[in-house]
Amino acid sequence: MVQVPIINIHGVLLISIQDELLDDSISELQQHISEQVIEQQARGVLIDISVLDVVDSFLARTLHDIAATTSLLAAQTVVVGMRPAVAITLVELGLILPGLRTALSVEDGLALLGRGNGTVRTGPR
Amino acid sequence: MTQTPSTEAVAITTEPDIVHVRQIARQAAIKAGFSLVQQTKLVTAASELARNTLVYGGGGQAEITLELTASTGTVHLTFTDGGPGIPDIEVAMTDGYSTGSGLGLGLGGARRLADRFEIESAPGKGTTIRMSISARRSA
Repeated sequence: MVQVPIINIHGVLLISIQDELLDDSISELQQHISEQVIEQQARGVLIDISVLDVVDSFLARTLHDIAATTSLLAAQTVVVGMRPAVAITLVELGLILPGLRTALSVEDGLALLGRGNGTVRTGPR
Repeated sequence: MTQTPSTEAVAITTEPDIVHVRQIARQAAIKAGFSLVQQTKLVTAASELARNTLVYGGGGQAEITLELTASTGTVHLTFTDGGPGIPDIEVAMTDGYSTGSGLGLGLGGARRLADRFEIESAPGKGTTIRMSISARRSA
């Protein structure tokens, strides 16, 4: 599979997706993340999708499933860096992904999880 | 000013072919002068339909056609498979309907992203899906 590095920042697993993933790799990533949550006793998971210019229903559903799975394992998942065109397309596709938490940047994501020094932005930068 | 439409065909037999279809669709969308949102819609729809062709149609082919006139750029996508076909197209287009592991948003979702969308299918006869998105060209 395509290796996606997982970095542990103060108990939060940061997964930066580097490239377009094949469906199989996405499914493997889902399993890998759940195992790492337990192994590393993580309390949060940040998935950075800022490099992705397309998120189709398969990937969107998997992100949703990862969030649901880690939640059962007592770790919150936040999806970080979704591009505006991707968000517009997902809504049109009918995928509003209720319950999936998002943040605009890794810093904001860490702040949302109560880690790091970022602040949750309320207005324009 | 109208140029002869150019078509590229991609066989869909394995998962990497879905990524390949996305790339060819992206290039066509850029050449057609699509905005970023239109590009994203086209590529996302291409991804949904390519996966449909692979998973439900047992593989097939995609054709990506770029059509440019003086004022518009259009990308046409055609997906053909020789799979089992769709017994009831209206039901298959319903959100949440799926015979596979998906969300059932593939067909209905792709239709919402498209400007034009049509399905031709019958049990045992395979499936052909045609969709297109057009953009006004500036200059």
